[in-house]
This record gives sequence, structure tokens and C-alpha cells, in this order.
Amino acid sequence: MLLISPAVLFIGVLVGIPLVLAVYLSLTDATAGSLTGKWVGLSNFTQQIHDPIFRGALWHTFLFTVISQAVVIVVAGLLAHALVRSFRGRWLLRFFILLPWAAPVALTAIGFLWFYDPQASIFTWFLVHLHLVSKLNPPNWLGTPNAAMSSIITVQAWRTIPFATVIFLAGISSIPQEVDDAAAIDGATGLRKFWYVSLPLQLPIAIVAVLFGIVFTATDMVVPYILTNGGPFNSTQVLTTWAFQTGINAGNVGQGAAIALFMLPVLAVVVVGMLFFARRAEVT
Amino acid sequence: MTGTWRHKAFAYAVVVPFAVLLAFPFFWMAVTSLKPEYQVYDPTKVWSFHPTLASYGYLFHHTGYLRWIRNSCLVGFAVVLITLAVSMPAGYALARLSGRVGRSLGVGIFLTYLVPPTLLFLPLSRVVAQYLHLSDRLWALIVIYPSFTIPFAIWLLMGFFKSIPQELEDAALIDGCSRLGALVRVVFPISVPGILTVVIFTFSLVVNEFVYAITFISSSTNRTLTVGVPTDLIRGDLFNWPGIMAAILIPSIPLALVYNAFLNRFIAGFTGGAFR
Repeated sequence: MLLISPAVLFIGVLVGIPLVLAVYLSLTDATAGSLTGKWVGLSNFTQQIHDPIFRGALWHTFLFTVISQAVVIVVAGLLAHALVRSFRGRWLLRFFILLPWAAPVALTAIGFLWFYDPQASIFTWFLVHLHLVSKLNPPNWLGTPNAAMSSIITVQAWRTIPFATVIFLAGISSIPQEVDDAAAIDGATGLRKFWYVSLPLQLPIAIVAVLFGIVFTATDMVVPYILTNGGPFNSTQVLTTWAFQTGINAGNVGQGAAIALFMLPVLAVVVVGMLFFARRAEVT
Repeated sequence: MTGTWRHKAFAYAVVVPFAVLLAFPFFWMAVTSLKPEYQVYDPTKVWSFHPTLASYGYLFHHTGYLRWIRNSCLVGFAVVLITLAVSMPAGYALARLSGRVGRSLGVGIFLTYLVPPTLLFLPLSRVVAQYLHLSDRLWALIVIYPSFTIPFAIWLLMGFFKSIPQELEDAALIDGCSRLGALVRVVFPISVPGILTVVIFTFSLVVNEFVYAITFISSSTNRTLTVGVPTDLIRGDLFNWPGIMAAILIPSIPLALVYNAFLNRFIAGFTGGAFR
């Protein structure tokens, strides 16, 4: 117990207290420069709920998370099943696949700012040469609402695929060889074996990886902040960027804290899910 | 034998295209970083140009880049030290605590890792400015970062310590070691690879961090890598694209190499904490 107390103390002070403070601030009209403000009850929350920008942010957070993580599940699932086999060049290919996860995302997101550049986008160059888009009317990747949303979702999927792949891979490798052999003797092959044998066994670990992806996407600020900062016309505004703009840039700390607290329900659901599946994984 | 051949073909057919897709941005960054600045926008010079290292020179001599790297490393080392000092004993204790209490406590600590910086940055920004008086100081980051590195490190270390058999320690105790002696002389030395993994991944979490760094640090000389590049290398609307690409590649490649080298240990610790 003595050995754990410094850790508990550290976490309590640096996570627990700010969390309580966030709830307190959200109930006041605190502004930049003062930690206290007048008690305003739930008015910050009601004001936000009636704000169309906030409603948009809620919806965009949902889209951003669900679409990017759906792509991640499919791609990472495929990759993990392929990477579990041994083949020549595996080390180099795995290195390539890990790159987006290892590199600092705040920096790689700036790289995408260049790849999406309206005049010199390399993606546009490819599409023009494939005759998919016209040279005279190139897509404005970050400048029009739908394209901007797709662009930030792409980057988020790109950077979470490696982590999911790695954890899925761990799930597949944890299945004992005997299970594989038994399935083979019983005549289970290909998709049937995957559906009835491999998938259920690796599911708990895979779900934990997916829940991770959901938390880190729903609460992430870096990709939208750097690529669009919520624009154009708030079309990519998510909870985190809106909380930052309201709380830091506009100095409206109470409102900002209220916006950020809307992330708590997502967290709660994920936490319950994780506890549930972590226990399942232990049993198998 | 045709079975294994088909297996390999499937592996290549899936892995090669995705590896190319995932790595392509880095390839294109490298190409851009070698272009002379006046040619980056020229559509006829997409592939053919005179490669130059001018952007790298510009980055090192005319910007705060080296200073930001130094700041990031400084914060990284300090945070790694604090994290190890706090989480090694805790991780060990949690690995040896049997029963429900130890397990729940371990999971509880881990869950705090999920509380995102985007939820805490507003109250923390007030705390940093008014109570700690650390606005715009690297110390602010050194104090705050352990809030997410400690839960992460405890989780990994717990996984590693669990894989060390209890008998080994008992043997040391019988040989006359004290409990602490057994820990320092037997358990920690065998865990060196695990601890090294924690050092690397903690360091990279720190280098990656963005939200706190942009909230707490305001002057150019105190910026860390992730904040310096997006704010200072962009002057007004003037982007020095080759220089920015170079600035992204320089830290990314070594980080990717160590990730690749320590990946298996990371997975063992990460899944071991929960699933063993």
C-alpha cells in the first residue's frame, strides 16, 4: 500500500482536482484571468444546448469518431490477419505501417495541410492524372464543408490504424495453436473458422482496442485544430475545438468547461464497456 | 504446400498496398523537403527538380527548431524520471497484490489515463497561472505531464512484473535478501527490457503532447517541438513548406525506428496488464 500511495496522490491531485474544478467552473461565469466567477447554475449548459454551433459540434464529433473508427476496424482487421503470417519483408512493411502512429501527430497533421493545399495538392495531382477530377476545377480539400469533414476523418483514420492493427495482432497471436489444430480437425476452414473460432476468441482484446480508438478520437483536438480549426463556417467544429475556442481564445472559461464536460458521457460508456470486456478476456 | 503459398500471396496482397498508402505521406514529405522553395508550387516540377538541403540548413540556423527539440527532450527526460520513480513501486505492488482489490485498483488507475487533456486543460490552465505561477515555463509541462504518463506507465509495468515468477523473489528472500533488497537486486534487473519500453513510450507520449503545450506555453523560446513547428514556422500566410516537411521528418523517423524495435514488448506489457 505504501508503494502505491505516491501514484494515487499524484493522480488525485493532477486528475481528480482539475476534474472537480472543471465541473465547478462550468457552473460559473468565470472568464480568463480569474478562477472564480459568479454561480450561474446550469445556464452555461442550457445556453450551449440551444447554440446551433454547439449542436453542430456534437454531431461532427459523432461523425468524426464513428466513420474514422469504422474504417480503422476494417483496415486494421485485414492488416492484422495478414501480418500474423510470416513472410519476407515483414519487418520493413510493419515499419511502414507503424509510421503514422510513431510520428507526432501534431507534426504529421501539418504535413497533411500541405498535401491538401488548394494549389499544389499531391492528391489532386494523382486524381487529375487518373482523369477523376478536372484540372480546371480541383477539389478544395479543406475549404468546402463536406470535403473538409472527409479530409479530417481521413487523417484521423490514417493515424489510428497502426495502433488498432498492433492490438488486433496481439489478440490473434494469443489464440493457442491447439485451438487452430482442433478447428482444422473438425473441418473448419477459411471464413467459417474465422467466424466461429478465431473471431470470438480475439474479440475481447479487439474491442478494448476499438474503445481506445473511440476515446482518443472523440476527445482529440489536434487533427481538427491544425487542419481546419473548426472551419469552414464551423462545418468541422467538434466538441474539443469548440471548447478551446470558447474557453481559451474567447476567454469564456465557464462556457468552455461546460462544453468539454459533454465528453463525459462518451467516456463513461467506454469505461463500462472496457471493464466488461477486460473481464471477459481474462476468462478466456 | 500450395496452402502456404496462398497464405503468403494473401499477406502480400493485403499488406503491400496498405503499407504504401500509410507510408506515402512520409515519402512525399521527404520529396518536398528536398525541393528548392521556388519550385514547390510548380506543377511541372512534381518529380523532376534539383534536390537541395537548403531547407534543412534554414531550419537549423534561422529558426528556433533546435531549441524546441532541446525543450522537448528536457521535458521528456524530466517527466520520464518522475514517472519511473512513482510508477515502478506502484506497478510492482499492484502486480503482487492478489485478489479483487489489487485488480480494481490497477484498472482504476488505468482508467484515469482515459481522462483526456481536452477535458482538463481549462481548469489546469487556471491552476498553472494562478496557484503555481508557472505560466509560459517548461516547469508547467513537467508538473502536468505525469498526470497521464504515470497511469500509462503503471499499466505497462504491472504487465511486466506479473510475468516475473514469485518463486524468484522467494528464493532471494531465503538467501537473506530483505524485501526491498529482493526488489532492487532481483526484480528490477530482470525487468530492464520492460522498463526501457516504458521509458521509450513515456518519452514519446511527452514529445507528442500538444493540447497542454499550446495552452500553457506562449513564448517562442519556451515552445516544444509539436507547438513550435505549427506556430513559428508559419509566418503570416507564408509557409516555408520544404522546411516544415524537414521539421516533421527529423523527429518522426527515429521515433518510428524505436517503436518498431520495442513493439513486441509494448504489446506484452499493454495486454499483459489486463489479460493475465
